[in-house]
Amino acid sequence: MKKQLLLGDEAIAQAAIDAGLSGVYSYPGTPSTEITEYIQSSSLARERKIVSRWCSNEKTAVETALGMSYAGKRVISCMKHVGLNVAADAFMNTAMSGVNGGMIIVSADDPSMHSSQNEQDNRVYGNFALLPVFEPSNQQEAYDMVYEGFELSERWGYPILLRITTRMAHSRSGVQTREVQPQNPMHIDSNEPSRYILLPVNARRRYKALLAKQDEFRMASENSTYNRLFLEHRAPLGIVACGIAFNYLQENYPDGFKHPVLKISQYPLPKKQLMQLADSCEAILVLEDGFPVVEEQLKGYLGLGLNVRGRLDGSLPRDGELTPDNVRKALGMEVVSPFSAPAILVNRPPALCAGCGHRDVYQALNDVLKEYPGAQVFSDIGCYTLGALPPFRAIHSCIDMGASITMAKGAAEAGVFPSIAVIGDSTFTHSGMTGLLDCVNANANVLIIISDNETTGMTGGQDSAATGRIHAICQGIGVEPGHLHGIVPLKKNYEEMKAIIRKEIDYPGVSVIVPCRECIQTHARKVKLNRR
Amino acid sequence: MKTDIILAGVGGQGILSLAAVIGEAALADGLYMKQAEVHGMSQRGGDVQSHLRISDRPVASDLIPLGQADLIISLEPMEALRYLPYLQKDGWVVTHSEPFENIPNYPEISEVMKVYETLPHKVILNVEQIAKELGTPRSGNIVLLGAASLYLPIDFSKLENGIRRIFGKKGEDVVAMNLKALQAGKKIGNRTIFT
Ligand SMILES: Cc1ncc(C[n+]2csc(CCOP(=O)(O)OP(=O)(O)O)c2C)c(N)n1
Ligand code: SF4
Repeated sequence: MKKQLLLGDEAIAQAAIDAGLSGVYSYPGTPSTEITEYIQSSSLARERKIVSRWCSNEKTAVETALGMSYAGKRVISCMKHVGLNVAADAFMNTAMSGVNGGMIIVSADDPSMHSSQNEQDNRVYGNFALLPVFEPSNQQEAYDMVYEGFELSERWGYPILLRITTRMAHSRSGVQTREVQPQNPMHIDSNEPSRYILLPVNARRRYKALLAKQDEFRMASENSTYNRLFLEHRAPLGIVACGIAFNYLQENYPDGFKHPVLKISQYPLPKKQLMQLADSCEAILVLEDGFPVVEEQLKGYLGLGLNVRGRLDGSLPRDGELTPDNVRKALGMEVVSPFSAPAILVNRPPALCAGCGHRDVYQALNDVLKEYPGAQVFSDIGCYTLGALPPFRAIHSCIDMGASITMAKGAAEAGVFPSIAVIGDSTFTHSGMTGLLDCVNANANVLIIISDNETTGMTGGQDSAATGRIHAICQGIGVEPGHLHGIVPLKKNYEEMKAIIRKEIDYPGVSVIVPCRECIQTHARKVKLNRR
Repeated sequence: MKTDIILAGVGGQGILSLAAVIGEAALADGLYMKQAEVHGMSQRGGDVQSHLRISDRPVASDLIPLGQADLIISLEPMEALRYLPYLQKDGWVVTHSEPFENIPNYPEISEVMKVYETLPHKVILNVEQIAKELGTPRSGNIVLLGAASLYLPIDFSKLENGIRRIFGKKGEDVVAMNLKALQAGKKIGNRTIFT
């Protein structure tokens, strides 16, 4: 078959389709979004009736995926690293129940925080859940791992975590695809039905089963073709290169390594090869993108054993992504740049698009809040977070999805007035609704602005689960109809918008304002699609 | 043979479709390639760049090492300069001349041009103007590609095929418009070197 030019994300998607996938359950998040989008626009996926609608959040995604696996089918669930925090409860307990149909969970981590609020390394979740983790070093491996991963997952009876980072997700390369496999028929597993009922009596048994499985997972890593030991060159320094770090290592040795090297792309760690490597050298340099996960394991807390170098001893920076350059320095080679960046350069931060509805919302809000010097505005994650930057400087917080509403409640209860939340529509249905119920039950004195652009804007305009439902949801949760307002955020409505904001700040209870105007980028894309 | 190219610009300017055309052409030429893109937050009017690596041997790193780029192709004059540390000593900068000022503290354009005066190899063109004169105002990025094509290890005809494949979905008109822009860019790029 011919090579296709695919992003890492697309290679994962194509592999899943080719391996007989029946469903993808995801919530958008950079750098994972393109996996699900690729499946949504694939004609083969459509032909095969692969379910691919976006979910409300990552937790509903993983749980739904488990349901499909329970029914015997192959399923994948994709999210950005922080998404796995939201899905963590489901994820951890899926390791207890195990799975039936092959199940792969993709975590796209974002070291250097190109588009994220932290740079957590979700290989830690793999260790935490005691599950196998795969970390491809290139697009072809990403394809192969997913293609073979469903079968492995079925053989083991456990889900697999596939961990990628931004540079793998968003880099294109030629990928050789394989034969398309049939999809699984529905079949309920009759083998040990009680494993899905995690009552303590079953959970204790399942935990022992999971622990007993660890040796098999480790042996699989030791026999994996994705983990490779190169012992041709003897040197005092041995190198462990995980995931895409292996590429940066190769880049610096175009004519072959000058050190013993262990490439790791499958976890738990391959103990046998690590022992061989340790026996062959005096010190080990660990190259890994993200946290010093492997480095810490090899070093041990007190560092009394092996001489291990990496991010903890300053051989590499403690934070930020790996590059061919910081790897080169860690290898003791010089980095030469004939030209330097000129002093006149200034940063160019992202900004709200001209004509974006969030702009009008912030304009009106800022104008009113001049009258309320004590105001605190708790915001959330989405394009509207850019309201933190000039010229608006309109918000005081952005922590995790949904935190605007709940933080505003806590602050109001501590005495802040007015305590205001600004949240996007997709974020509201992701994690804001439960916080709103808390507000209603406590009759908290908060003003909640749900800035509805009828899309998931920041991640590129995916369908929002909230579209057309926000008023009904708020009413259902118990917001008083008299304190629930809709308005179109346009210049001509400024005065009206300001009047509503003022009135609802002064109302001592829960108020919700829903300014609603479609994101201009999503609108433009729809117009283009319709024209075609 | 190995060519490392940095493509630079501001979110929304069309850097990624430019990269896609070169990528398609390289793959059709049987070359190995890797192309790292920036998606996500910075696409909202922030600075965007793409690392494009083409070689007759497998490419290891998705990122170009510092000091190794053969070419910087940029749709914005200041953005090109951001990546100078990647440029090798004989490398070329091919850039659009007009600033994209969506920030309040954009430096004086004369200061930007002073930096260009210190660079040994550069082509500075107003590709928007050229595209406008051609009657294809939205194909400035492809004019730039045409000008840069002189420094690429890929046959011009392969680039034309790349355009046919990438823009084919959008209809014959769009393909024809972009082919015209590519030609015009090549012609002007040629002239710029010799004057
Ligand atoms: C737990 C989690 N999942 C996903 C993301 C990625 N993400 C950031 S902003 C955003 C979209 C928010 O959409 P919306 O609230 O509608 O605001 P908009 O960007 O449209 O203004 C998403 C999905 C994240 N940061 N955290
Ligand atoms: S993409 Fe849409 S929501 Fe985001 S800033 Fe632009 S117009 Fe606003």
